[in-house]
Amino acid sequence: MTTRDGSALTRRLDRILKGHAWFVYLFFYLPILVLIVFSFNESRFFTWEALSLRWYRQMFANDNLMAALWASLQVAAVSTVISTALGTAAALALERYKRFLGKRTFDALLYLPVIIPDVTMAAMLLVFFTSLGRQLSITTIVLSHIAFNISFVSIVVRARLANLDPALEEAAADLYAGRWQAFRKITLPLIMPGVLGGALLALTLSLDDVVITQFVKGPDTLPTFVFGLIKRGVTPEINAVSTLMLTASVVLVLGSLALQRRN
Amino acid sequence: MTTAAVGIKGVTKRFGDVVAVDHIDLEIADGEFFSLLGPSGCGKTTTLRMIAGLEYPTEGSITIHGEEMGLRPPNKRPVNTVFQSYALFPHMTVTGNVAFGLQMQKISEDETRRRVGEAIDLVRLSGMENRRPGMLSGGQQQRVALARALVNRPEVLLLDEPLGALDLKLRQAMQLELKEIQREVGITFVYVTHDQEEALTMSDRIAVMNEGQLLQVAPSEEIYERPNTRFVAEFIGETNLISGTVVEPGIVKLADGRLVKARTHSGAGTAVTLNLRPEKIDLHHTEESVPEHFNKLSGTIVRRLYFGDSLFYEVDFGHSIVDAREENRPGRERFAEGAPIIAAFHPDSAEALTE
Ligand SMILES: Nc1ncnc2c1ncn2[C@@H]1O[C@H](COP(=O)(O)OP(=O)(O)OP(=O)(O)O)[C@@H](O)[C@H]1O
Ligand SMILES: [Mg+2]
Repeated sequence: MTTRDGSALTRRLDRILKGHAWFVYLFFYLPILVLIVFSFNESRFFTWEALSLRWYRQMFANDNLMAALWASLQVAAVSTVISTALGTAAALALERYKRFLGKRTFDALLYLPVIIPDVTMAAMLLVFFTSLGRQLSITTIVLSHIAFNISFVSIVVRARLANLDPALEEAAADLYAGRWQAFRKITLPLIMPGVLGGALLALTLSLDDVVITQFVKGPDTLPTFVFGLIKRGVTPEINAVSTLMLTASVVLVLGSLALQRRN
Repeated sequence: MTTAAVGIKGVTKRFGDVVAVDHIDLEIADGEFFSLLGPSGCGKTTTLRMIAGLEYPTEGSITIHGEEMGLRPPNKRPVNTVFQSYALFPHMTVTGNVAFGLQMQKISEDETRRRVGEAIDLVRLSGMENRRPGMLSGGQQQRVALARALVNRPEVLLLDEPLGALDLKLRQAMQLELKEIQREVGITFVYVTHDQEEALTMSDRIAVMNEGQLLQVAPSEEIYERPNTRFVAEFIGETNLISGTVVEPGIVKLADGRLVKARTHSGAGTAVTLNLRPEKIDLHHTEESVPEHFNKLSGTIVRRLYFGDSLFYEVDFGHSIVDAREENRPGRERFAEGAPIIAAFHPDSAEALTE
């Protein structure tokens, strides 16, 4: 279409668009590249000195940072397991029982955390915990992470369930399987890629969250700790932490996508 | 008196405002090959699902060998189903699929292995034991579905258009095979189809359904030869429906005033429809060659179609056009379009229907 009339204008437009795409990529990835490169820099300033693991060593020697990392891992592990179980159950209820009281409302409400701004969600949770008179602690962080992760897990699992022939469960029942056996032997194995994909997504979101955690925290998690550090100025140590977190996130997201695609 | 394998009494099933099954009564005998036949949406699947326990009747009761099923769930019923889409478990091998029912019933491993082997032999799938359903052809998947159900030795096997997804050749081969397997295992088959030919060739008895109701329940031959309503007559095979009035028992007057001898079941004056199958009509050049007690109607050939195994004629009787079919056999006379002919048929071939 663009070459039919061969006008110079369309060709120039083409080139501009291509250039624009490159510019967008550069805009996205250049800062990341800079961050990774400087995390391996010997100098504390943004001038290249020599390749070094100094900041990584310093990072692992920092007790506060290690405590934050440990808290992050605990929160992520517990909230992932619980939100995956609850999110899967919600997905099953919504996909398998075509009608139950309040289904539409439940359906809409379940996706609220995906839509509303993090700050709103965070404020809501904070108000909720305070009104209950709960001490803010690692438990409140876990509860908050569960709250937003359920939505994401159930979206992923539902996509998988929607493609599952309901006749399979009927066939299992017809072949003498009770409800639980039919779920264990037929439904669960077939939606497993979705469940695992949802779990990895939950893990990533939990490990990355700053805003909500910042509101409801007791102890720092890794992201809120880094956020705190930045207020006192950027150090290459932050570059090292960020590089590690980035790597972890990329691995988890790719894993999640791969699982969701698998048949 | 023996109790029926399946007893359906006054069963109605409603989905909201839709009446899927409308007050049906049915008894299916032990060891019978029984077909539910009817157009799309007439309630065949719903009836089958109620026997399986996948759906519960809104009203009425279902018994299996005299035992009331009530709200018993499917896994507690002595029946198994071959689903239309097969519903094979995609993550299990052929063996895994076939063994599933036995494992759920906690049958010992030895016996399970033996029975699964037998079932796979029965449906001739030996050598495919370790394949997944995705690696099987449609016909092979169909056999797995059959083996998976049969291996449990159900009292009743329910089949929902099990051959619907297969092409014509394979379907015909599978029809014979299914029938053979049914004779071999002696299990009651309840077979759903909307293919009338399939129902006729395979079944001991057929129930013709329409709009949730049972119109006629009878052996295959009777369904074809003696349909009780216009709907059944038209649904099963080709037929001519000619309207007339009963003059006296055994005599019907057609719209143009001609009288024909027919099987009547109602008194003088009732409006009836004669059901006359095309192959029951013999065409002749002159009256002389027609046997004495046959009906003889003169008409003109308006169209001739060559079908290979038969010739198909449209005959104009002045008031109505009737289809006739003659087997293509050596020595048979052929009739040209436009030729005047005598159409002859035995009085027993013309059934006077009132509904
Ligand atoms: N779960 C359901 N909810 C609402 N209506 C239904 C449901 N199942 C069946 N029906 C309706 O009940 C009627 C009978 O359906 P059924 O599936 O028994 O027909 P069928 O004879 O098996 O047709 P087909 O030959 O197309 O499979 C149809 O009008 C259908 O729309
Ligand atoms: Mg159906």
